[in-house]
Amino acid sequence: MSGSHDRHGPLVRHEQVHFADNSPWKKAPMLFGAIGVISLGVAFALKGPDASKFWSSYLTAVMWGLSIGLGGLFFTLVQHAVRAGWSIVVRRIAENLMLTLPVVALLILPVVFLGAHDLFHWTHAEAMAHDEVLQAKQAYLNEGSFRIRAIVYLALWSLLSLTFWSWSTKQDTAADPAPYAHKMRYWSTVGLLVFALTLTFAAFDWLMSLDPHWFSTIFGVYYFAGCFSIVASSIALTVILLHRSGYLRGVVTTEHFHDLGKVMFAFSVFWGYIGFSQFFLIWYASIPEETFWFSYRGQGDWLTLSILLIFVRFALPFVGLMSRKIKRNPRTLGFWCVWIIVAEFLDMYWLVQPALAQRTGSEHIRPDVLDLTTLVGVAGILVAVFTWGLQRHALVPMRDPRLEESLNHENS
Amino acid sequence: MAKRPKHYGLLAEYETAADLYHACEKVRDAGYGAWDAHTPFPVHGLEKAMGLRSSIIPYIVCVMGFSGAGLGFLLQYWSSTIAYPLIISAKPYNSYPAFVPVTFELGILLGAFGAVFGMLAINKLPQLHHSLFNSHRFSKFSDDRFFISIESRDPKYDAERTRKLLESTGAAAVEEVEE
Repeated sequence: MSGSHDRHGPLVRHEQVHFADNSPWKKAPMLFGAIGVISLGVAFALKGPDASKFWSSYLTAVMWGLSIGLGGLFFTLVQHAVRAGWSIVVRRIAENLMLTLPVVALLILPVVFLGAHDLFHWTHAEAMAHDEVLQAKQAYLNEGSFRIRAIVYLALWSLLSLTFWSWSTKQDTAADPAPYAHKMRYWSTVGLLVFALTLTFAAFDWLMSLDPHWFSTIFGVYYFAGCFSIVASSIALTVILLHRSGYLRGVVTTEHFHDLGKVMFAFSVFWGYIGFSQFFLIWYASIPEETFWFSYRGQGDWLTLSILLIFVRFALPFVGLMSRKIKRNPRTLGFWCVWIIVAEFLDMYWLVQPALAQRTGSEHIRPDVLDLTTLVGVAGILVAVFTWGLQRHALVPMRDPRLEESLNHENS
Repeated sequence: MAKRPKHYGLLAEYETAADLYHACEKVRDAGYGAWDAHTPFPVHGLEKAMGLRSSIIPYIVCVMGFSGAGLGFLLQYWSSTIAYPLIISAKPYNSYPAFVPVTFELGILLGAFGAVFGMLAINKLPQLHHSLFNSHRFSKFSDDRFFISIESRDPKYDAERTRKLLESTGAAAVEEVEE
């Protein structure tokens, strides 16, 4: 069917996919960037004498932000790899979400180079000296290789996201779109392999090693499950907001909402599946060096949070997103988008904060203003980069060979 | 005079999916209930053109799935706390986390049974013979032709008027099919 649009005019009109000069979206990068920087500044000023509180809040927020960027990268790569047709009209939004990765990389560097001593118990030489388990893990858990690994992950993510973003945007104006399509498809498979390994080890380094005695081989998959559900939610939420401002109407349709809703549903279930698998094997084997990680999450306030997480992250979205009508209605879908984005933060909180609280023997959740300011800071900066990316180019890959297929996509 | 065979209904043949699609819209708007479209491949949006309501299969699957999960759990609860109360790896009799995999799998199994057998039942399958196979022309429904059949049991059915309706929809041929 190629070339048929030449007879009937363009597939997508210019004003559907480019912001008008007076659009509020044009002001978003400055506004959210300012909110983000000020909020992070306030958080840093409120740091106080015990820096570990600040760093744990900061790590929670940054790992939440990272899950959106990594989700965007995965979404882009996997759609190329499987030659998906339906997702072309929302791929540019995923590409702009993955464009936040180089900036998230800059936000993670302080964790690795400044906050490591306050967060990661194994970085203390005296702790290492009295701990045979840590000594056995020293070949992996030492600050030198921890820093090198962090730089490798962040560099690879930035490279992948910038490369795929620039190929895709160059395709918009290229004389021949085919070479870009082939190139992106070819390299997406390599990218997926790199993605899987770096994500897994990054989750080990920055989240699992908060409790250096504990280990779980499924931990990377657990973090990944959150990445994919939050990115589908972010894409759908962005489209809902763009529709309200009058963009992408008739381009991204109910059919695409339905499919994004299916991804949100599926990966909420997948999260439950992986989360339970992790718990189940440890509970069943009942080996103390593994069970303690769940044990202190099962005491005091943390037990309440753990049970809440099962409902917020799995049970309620499972029931709530099951119906076809809910997935096809932008209002109800939008509600679950916000829900899942918040649930991912709750999940990060559950991963990070109990590990640090149990060092002081605290069974209490102490919400802190730092939790809020770091979250607003990271979110503000991410939204600024994302909306900056959105206005640089068209909101859909204009010359993707499968654009017409995606525009006409229907769920049967 | 020989007994006249009863009529199953009318069968209309179309050459393209587009012809069929628009014909379906007309039959739908004429208010028929007992009719169907037959195509060699899935035609997108045909359910809208036919005015089909959504299937009740999801509800069957839901009921079957939750029953399967519930029964699966009860089976394990009964066998490990009542029938054979054994202590295994120092865990309580009712070790419900250990019951989750079987509960989950039985939920899936009965849900899938509900989907497959529910679909067969709603379609009245298996059926050894269907009246439409009395039409020689109809064999092309799995090759390169598109058909609409309207059954004589439909209250709106009238041999003359229904035939006129089908002819007005651009059918390549309209024939009566015997019971």
